[in-house]
Amino acid sequence: MSHKVVIPIGPYHPLQEEPEFFRLYVEGEKVVDIDIVIGYMHRGIEELSEHKHFDQVAFLVERICGICSSSHPYAFVLAAEDILGGEANIVPERALYIRTIIDELQRIHSHLLWLGLAGHFIGYNTVWMWAWKYREPVLDMFEMICGNRNHYGMSKIGGVRRDIRDEDIPILKKALDDLLPAVDMFRGAVMDDPVIKARLVGCGTLTKEQAIDWCTVGPTARASGINIDVRRDEPYGAYDRVDWNVIVEKNGDVFAKTTVRILELYESISIIRQCLNKMPKGEIDADIKDIPPGEGIGRVEAPRGECFHYVKSDGTNRPVRHKIRAPSYMNVASDKVAAVGGTISDAALTLAAVDPCYCCTERLIVLDKATDKKIMDGWDLIKLSQEKTAKLKKP
Amino acid sequence: MSIIDQIKDKLSGKITGWQEHSAKRIYFSINPADIREVAGFLFNDLGLRFVIATGQDTPPGLEVLYHFSFDKAGQVITVRTLIEDKKNPQIDSIAPLFKGAEWIEREMWELLGINFTGHPNLTRLLLAEEWPEGKYPLRHNHES
Repeated sequence: MSHKVVIPIGPYHPLQEEPEFFRLYVEGEKVVDIDIVIGYMHRGIEELSEHKHFDQVAFLVERICGICSSSHPYAFVLAAEDILGGEANIVPERALYIRTIIDELQRIHSHLLWLGLAGHFIGYNTVWMWAWKYREPVLDMFEMICGNRNHYGMSKIGGVRRDIRDEDIPILKKALDDLLPAVDMFRGAVMDDPVIKARLVGCGTLTKEQAIDWCTVGPTARASGINIDVRRDEPYGAYDRVDWNVIVEKNGDVFAKTTVRILELYESISIIRQCLNKMPKGEIDADIKDIPPGEGIGRVEAPRGECFHYVKSDGTNRPVRHKIRAPSYMNVASDKVAAVGGTISDAALTLAAVDPCYCCTERLIVLDKATDKKIMDGWDLIKLSQEKTAKLKKP
Repeated sequence: MSIIDQIKDKLSGKITGWQEHSAKRIYFSINPADIREVAGFLFNDLGLRFVIATGQDTPPGLEVLYHFSFDKAGQVITVRTLIEDKKNPQIDSIAPLFKGAEWIEREMWELLGINFTGHPNLTRLLLAEEWPEGKYPLRHNHES
């Protein structure tokens, strides 16, 4: 008799930071299908945004995500500036550089955070400790520039809210210099380590065709050989004024995704350095008063991929429609193909940030494949186990 | 032949309106009945990337904007459709063409009540199970 076993992961789990629910259908060790259930974090921000005025929306959308908390407000102000005639035409030069610096600092801290968690989930806790140690100075840089470690409050239609003081620039440069050897260390510890390679190469592969079919973005797409990056394709901020490379890998497995993120750390450090050197003096805010009627689209390359905002204005001080598409919306859905065909332990990695706690037996249900009727659950297993213990105890 | 010319050439009979907000932001309108053919042409033949769709409740009807990205030129090409029948709004699903459209159509279905015909799995994505049937959070009461 063939059994299809369902392993529910989530929605709440001690090691998951956010609630989401994965239902893995497995045969033996092999994952044959997966259901992804989201909606536990739905806060109705698109609707809320229609009740805030344009200045407030930037703060509201900053709260969408605590990790890429500069990407959402940045994409929103770009959308609003699109209605006004485009970022490049209205925002002062210095503000473009400051926006770019914040965006890249955010990418460094987000990639380090992901790297640490990924290390933790494969049991490589050294990488975890290192990543979080070296992420700390990045958060200090944020605190120095905007007064907060997270939720920077920098984005404003027409410019930025705070300037970078001249006396802080040498300190920021020094912090970047100190970060570089740490990134070298990660590169060696992760990319040259035979054990990590054995664990990650070929795990959770998303082919190029699948990546296109699921419309994935960011490092997930770039690891599968899709050469896209909003920073290069539709430059915003100062990205067209500095030299940097888009990192693309071919294999689409977890190792390729890790490689893309580690190599992007070098690019981010280089971009920030160039911006600090090239940043001109001058105004940081164009002092925009009104948003005329119209439609605008803003796109930002968040650490996880393209972040998309659509704003429609009717000439009042509130948006009549504000559509938000975070990169994970496209990427998480693609787990459906990336995890299927792999083993349960690979699925945990592929889904990242999902910890496999499969010995919690009351979370296991055995279904009959043909009828989906329940034939065994956690209590049955406990009974089996008790019977076995009793048998063993008999002399 | 530029991508814009190809669209204008191939879809000439289908386009009912054309707006270029800027060189990077192109919007064109089509009849809702043509959406599957148009989306298939943009995605499969021209190789555009589907970004997302925006559904909105406007006074004349429910508007669905399909945003496609032409990454080589950094352009966002938006297909605009208007479903006038608010009582029983229907449009063909584009999820059978590519998987990336599956979730957003489920979202527009539950938040705006648009029925996407031919969708493989039109079930709730974001709203809780307890949310009442037939109540759509993003619908507006335009009369008041």
